[in-house]
Amino acid sequence: MKKKEPLIKNPSFQSILTSLLCIILGLLIGYIVLLLINPSGAGEAIKTILLNFLSRSSHAARMKALGNTLAKTAPLLMCALSICFCYKVGLFNIGAPGQYEAGACIGLYAAIAWHCNWAICLLLAAVAGAVVGAISGALKAYRNVNEVISGIMLNWIMLYLTNMVLSGKNVKEVASPYTIKVSGKSLIPSAGLNNLFANNRTVTIAIPLAIIFAILIWMILTKTKFGYELRATGFNKEAAKYAGMKEKQNIIVTLAIGGALAGIGAACLYLTGYQQWSTTQTSVPTMGFNGIAATFLGGLHPIGTIFASFFIQSITDGGALIDKSVYPSQISDLISSIIIYLCGFVLFFKFAINNWISKKDKGGPNVNDVPVTDAPAKSEGGEK
Amino acid sequence: MDAPYAIEMVNITKRFPGIIANDNITLQLRKGEIHALLGENGAGKSTLMSVLFGLYQAEEGVIKKDGKEVKVNNPNDANDLGIGMVHQHFKLVQCFTVLENIILGVEETKGGVLQMDEARAKVKALSEKYGLQVDPDAKIEDITVGMQQRTEILKMLFRDNEILIFDEPTAVLTPQEIDELMEIMRNLRAEGKSILFISHKLNEIMSVADRVTVLRRGKYIGTVDVKDVTKEDLSRMMVGRDVQMVVDKEPAKPGDVILKVENMTVASKMHSNNAVKNVSFEVHEGEIVCIAGIDGNGQTEFVYGLTGMEPLVDGKITLCGEDISHDSIRKRSREMSHIPEDRHKHGLVLDYPLEYNMILQRYYQSEFTSKAGFLKRPEIRAYSERLEKEFDVRSGQGPITIARAMSGGNQQKAIIAREVDKEHKLLVAVQPTRGLDVGAIEGVHRQLIAERDRGRAVLLISLELEEVMNVPDRILVMYEGEIVGELDPKKTTVEELGLYMAGAKRNVFIDANTAEIEESEAIDTAARKEEA
Repeated sequence: MKKKEPLIKNPSFQSILTSLLCIILGLLIGYIVLLLINPSGAGEAIKTILLNFLSRSSHAARMKALGNTLAKTAPLLMCALSICFCYKVGLFNIGAPGQYEAGACIGLYAAIAWHCNWAICLLLAAVAGAVVGAISGALKAYRNVNEVISGIMLNWIMLYLTNMVLSGKNVKEVASPYTIKVSGKSLIPSAGLNNLFANNRTVTIAIPLAIIFAILIWMILTKTKFGYELRATGFNKEAAKYAGMKEKQNIIVTLAIGGALAGIGAACLYLTGYQQWSTTQTSVPTMGFNGIAATFLGGLHPIGTIFASFFIQSITDGGALIDKSVYPSQISDLISSIIIYLCGFVLFFKFAINNWISKKDKGGPNVNDVPVTDAPAKSEGGEK
Repeated sequence: MDAPYAIEMVNITKRFPGIIANDNITLQLRKGEIHALLGENGAGKSTLMSVLFGLYQAEEGVIKKDGKEVKVNNPNDANDLGIGMVHQHFKLVQCFTVLENIILGVEETKGGVLQMDEARAKVKALSEKYGLQVDPDAKIEDITVGMQQRTEILKMLFRDNEILIFDEPTAVLTPQEIDELMEIMRNLRAEGKSILFISHKLNEIMSVADRVTVLRRGKYIGTVDVKDVTKEDLSRMMVGRDVQMVVDKEPAKPGDVILKVENMTVASKMHSNNAVKNVSFEVHEGEIVCIAGIDGNGQTEFVYGLTGMEPLVDGKITLCGEDISHDSIRKRSREMSHIPEDRHKHGLVLDYPLEYNMILQRYYQSEFTSKAGFLKRPEIRAYSERLEKEFDVRSGQGPITIARAMSGGNQQKAIIAREVDKEHKLLVAVQPTRGLDVGAIEGVHRQLIAERDRGRAVLLISLELEEVMNVPDRILVMYEGEIVGELDPKKTTVEELGLYMAGAKRNVFIDANTAEIEESEAIDTAARKEEA
């Protein structure tokens, strides 16, 4: 019965194709910008961005750099999963940075002040993120406050709250604005992974953990009753209500889960000892926002976000390696932002491809598949 | 002999991505005739009118006025050509008076001040000439739908339009108002206006139109003189095959009471009054009870209250002997199936495949979900395939077809399959034939009667007069949130039904007990007013 469809019509293939298109276009525009600033070093610079760790001279240095990129991929992936999960339920979790901050706040506090075991710190970070997510969710469900608005505001509230909490005298270094280094059992263990990456201590089990989360999220969304309910609520809230689902509760649970994922993301960075929290920072960490780009570049698919997160983190790190004597120091951020920005065009490209396909087989045999009743209804001006 | 054409649309072709909405269609409107445009939903009527109004540009074909080719690039051009339209959903400003609405956009001013006197005189003259009774100073929100429609007609006449288009004008009217409208249309024709009458109701076309042009699936089928054809001929042209016009059924054999509604009251979301007031009735097994009424008389809110989508303000619902007045939707759905009014808003998750929509009411049951909470995919697939076969639901790719890509008729069939197959004692079917073509309507009616004959109780909520007269065993008429009449479809007439629907007659009264409560409430409010 089933006809063999041409590859171009396969949705998964389309997702991969459009993501690659976005990347190529982003690189192209980045290259043009580099050319405009200083034509002589452009080729070299774009190569550096793409190669990232591969541009290092020795094997050991390469593995160490790769380890660093992977260590930062894990939190990015968790943020992307947070946004991806909520997006599948029809919610745009732009509050991920705020939930990430909450995770960092409680996770770090538990690690530094209470010397908790890393697993407990991770759990507390998840709970903190979940609480912040649930606030947005409850506002949306019961007061119809758009989750984007409440999310953005919570991002700032959580930033300064975190700065305040982590400025406590047991947590912050006396002479610097940074938090005291996490040590001992509060550090996420490497379990030997560090040996693979030239003894890079920041390579921990957080990385496989994040990948396991991606697979888990994918399974929950597509294979379980819970995912069926959540996606139905996301697609059509009214139909979910009609079918007896508790659509309000589902919204809160979704944002709470999204918050937990972002909270774990923060723990995956700060509990590896890769970075300390600066209590004087005045901007929301970009990790949560980059998660949005990773989600879209990953074709809104949990598994796709694994690769997208790695790519985005890689070009960000690669950007930092550009020759600063040729280009101003902001160039690395600029180029990686251009590429990340273009990643947002995935849906646009998908639309364009489908348009092109339907134009190609216009008047094809499948006229019956087209919702005939719907097209003219739109022409009426619909519901005025 | 024949009058010249007022407006012609010749060989119009309009394409949308993936669909040809109008395929080489010719429509010629003579001066001083009533010309009906007949076709099912999705036949391309609205698209054709949008082309005439300049909302869409046709890829091929020309528009001619008085034999000369004209270009219509936007609605202003259409207005300049003297074309006016009464839309299905009126375009009136609710808080303006009738007169203000009529002059809106063409008002005369002197030094920035509105000059109403001249306009008032003209409106008065027009309304007398054509028998269009309106109160020029009444606000739109206070007047009946019929009067709102007359305001729309006056709006066209005030602008001296010669070509008048009525887009499904009778959908919102009572039978009496429909008769009045037909009379008005005849008056307009007598005064030399040319009328294009868009409809899919054969009776109305037979009674008022001179000629009729039939469209089917975007194609031009033909233009015929109404006097040369029968209703059956027209329906065959419209659907493309013979259609059984009368519903065949045995007399009902009602059994035990399944649903009992007592003094049910539901709040309205639109205004502070209750939308459903003190409704009481019973539905027995093996009978179809229909709640008839004009759109917006509380039927939607009643269904929300019954199915649990809105809380009750007051009253009691008993289903199979159990009080369900405050139960959740899920709990009620164990004995109650619900074919919702709006299949896109409530009935389907359009982005889910068909198989997932087939289990929308049952996905949590052990048949489809394992104890660990995983969906049983093979069982779901098999279930969907069985329903598709049994209920003849057609789709491009079977169970994995995205619901959005299915035709309206098949979407509705899928919902009916789901709701009928699910365990239930009561089937609530809300406008189950809305937006379906004649052939599909026939199938839905057969399903409802089969349900009844299986011993289920069926509660049908309908706005379609033909459906109300043919399908149910008992009719309840709802007017302004109350049940005002109970009728036997075999003994009543459309005219009598219309009087009840318009609130002019009633034979069901709230019992003395509740009347007293109302009285005491009235006294309460009076007292409160005095205090203030």
